[in-house]
Amino acid sequence: MPEPTGPVHVEGEVVATKRVGAYRHLTLTAPGVPERFRAGNFVAVSVAGHVARRALWIHRVRASSAFGPTLDVVLEARGSGTQWLAAQPVGARVAITGPLGRPFALPKEAVSCLLVGEGYAAAPLFPLAERLRERGCAVSLVVSAPDESRLLSALEARRSARSVTVLTADGSVGQRGSVADHVDDLVRRSDADVVYAAGPTDTLRAAAGAAERAGAWSQVAVETAVPCGTGLCHGCPLPVVGEDGVDRVVRACAEGPVVRGDRVRWDAV
Amino acid sequence: MGRGVSAALPGPVMVAAGCGGTGRELEPFCGPDGLAGLDLATRSITLDARAGGPGPRVVEAPGGLVNAVGLPNPGLEHFLATELPWLVRAGARVFVSIAGATMGEYADLARRLSRAPGVAGLEVNVGAPDEVGGGLFEVREPFHAASVIAAVRREFPADRPVLAKLRPDVSRVVESARACHDAGATAVVIGNSVPAAFPDGRAGGLSGPALAPITLRCVGVVRRSVPAVPVIACGGVHDVASARTYLAAGAVAVQVGTALLHDPTTVARLRVALDPSHDLQEDA
Ligand SMILES: Cc1cc2nc3c(=O)[nH]c(=O)nc-3n(C[C@H](O)[C@H](O)[C@H](O)COP(=O)(O)O)c2cc1C
Repeated sequence: MPEPTGPVHVEGEVVATKRVGAYRHLTLTAPGVPERFRAGNFVAVSVAGHVARRALWIHRVRASSAFGPTLDVVLEARGSGTQWLAAQPVGARVAITGPLGRPFALPKEAVSCLLVGEGYAAAPLFPLAERLRERGCAVSLVVSAPDESRLLSALEARRSARSVTVLTADGSVGQRGSVADHVDDLVRRSDADVVYAAGPTDTLRAAAGAAERAGAWSQVAVETAVPCGTGLCHGCPLPVVGEDGVDRVVRACAEGPVVRGDRVRWDAV
Repeated sequence: MGRGVSAALPGPVMVAAGCGGTGRELEPFCGPDGLAGLDLATRSITLDARAGGPGPRVVEAPGGLVNAVGLPNPGLEHFLATELPWLVRAGARVFVSIAGATMGEYADLARRLSRAPGVAGLEVNVGAPDEVGGGLFEVREPFHAASVIAAVRREFPADRPVLAKLRPDVSRVVESARACHDAGATAVVIGNSVPAAFPDGRAGGLSGPALAPITLRCVGVVRRSVPAVPVIACGGVHDVASARTYLAAGAVAVQVGTALLHDPTTVARLRVALDPSHDLQEDA
C-alpha cells in the first residue's frame, strides 16, 4: 500500500483534555490525520459560530491508543475561538482538516541540529526531535517562554535530545533571557549545521539570523493567522525571496508554514 | 434560452472566484473524482502579476468574513503556463475570472484566453467592492460594467459563456444585469462581496452567510424584472438548504466561496446533494 498523502477533512473527537500551566493540551482522534502527519504540519479546526478556522500545531501523534491513532495540540486561549476549543470536554466532536502545510525538511545526513522553540509554538519541534534522532542527528533543544507557565515540558524530549536548554524571560526557570539573547551562543555551542525554529516572529528572525552568521541552514515554522489553513483563500501573506531571487508573497499555510529562514523578508513580515 | 447556451452554463454548483486556491489545494477535498467535471471560477487573473495586499487580508465578522486580499495572482502568462493546464488536466470546467485596470486590459485578457486550450468560459469581475480592487477599472455605473462585457465579448468566441459578476447592490443590480446581458453576457453572477470595513476602517468586502439575505434580494429582483437573464447566485451558500433557496428563487446555479474556507468539502457535498434534483426548467 502506498502511504496515504494529502490532507483530509474529518470529524474528530476530543479524547483527553489537560491543563498544563497556561495552556490546554487536547488529544483528538481525527481519522487519517495522524497517519499522514509529518513534523511541522498543523491542523485547521472549526469553532462553533465562527467562519474562519483555528490553526493548531500538531504536537505529537500516537499511532495507536485505546482510541486508535490520535494527535495532540497545545492551545493558548487567546480569543473566543480558542477559548471555545479549550473548553471542549472529552467526547466533544470537532471538524478537523489536516495535516496541512509543508513540514520541516529533514537533513539527508546525520548532522548536528539546534531546535529553538518558544511558548506553545514550540509544539512541532518535539516530533521533529524524534525524527531527527531516528536519523542519527545530534539534537540540541531550546525551549523558551515568557514564564514557567508557558514553557512546554521538555521532559519527554530529553529522550530525543542530546541537550536541553530552558530559557524564560523572567528567569522563573532555566536561564533568564530571550532566544535573541542566547541563540548565537547556542548555535556555536551545539555546532549546529541546521537550526530549526518555531515561535513568534522575533524568535524566528533571531534564530534565522544566528544560523546565517554561523553558516548553518535554517528552517522556521511561521505563525500567521490563517483564515482557512488550506491554501484556498490567500489570506495569510508571507513575504519571501524566491529561489530565483525575486521577491514574492506566498501563502504561509500552503507554501509554508515551514520555510527556509534566509528566504523570509523579515522587515516586510 | 436555447439548449446550447444553457448546456454551456455552469451548475448547479460552482466554486466561487478566489475561494478555491489554485485548484490543487481543493482537489484533496473533492472525493475520488477530484476536480473532474467541477465548474470552477479561478481567482481573478490580471495581465501582470499582483502580490496582493498587506495583512491582515481576512478577518472574521459575525456570520462571515471581511476580506481585502488584493487579487494576488501570478499574472496571465504564468497562469496560462502552469495553473490553467493543471486545472484542465484535472478535468475542471474552468471559468477564468478576469480583472483589468482598463477596458483594453479586459479585451487583451479575453483575446488571449480565447486561444488557450481548455477554457470553458470567462467570468468578468466587474463587481469588486469599491476601493478593494486596488487599481481595477472603476465600475461605478451599470454602463461601465456593460462596456467591459462588450469589450470582452468582442474578443471571446460566441459559443462559450461570458459571466458578468456584479455587485449585490439592490438599487443598481437590475440595471447592471440587463445592461451586461444586452452587452453579451451569457449570465450574471450575483454577486461579489458587499463593500464593508475592517475594524480599523480599511475597505474590504463582506462575504459568507451574513451576506445571503442581501444576495437573495438581488437575485429575486433580477429574476422578476429581467427574467431573460440567467442568474448564478453567489453569497453565503454553505449547505443544501441555502443553495436550494437560491435555486428556488430562480438561479440556474450557485457558487460557493467562503463556505469552502470553513469546510473545503462543501462543494463536493453540494454537488452530490443537488445534482439529481436539478433540472433546467428553461430547457423544457
Ligand atoms: C478570500 C476571498 C477572495 C476572493 N477573491 C475573489 C476574486 O479574486 N475575484 C472575485 O470575483 N471574487 C472574489 N471573492 C468573492 C467571492 O467569489 C464571492 O463572490 C463572495 O465571497 C460571496 O460569496 P460567499 O459568501 O460564498 O463567499 C473573494 C472572496 C473571498 C472571501
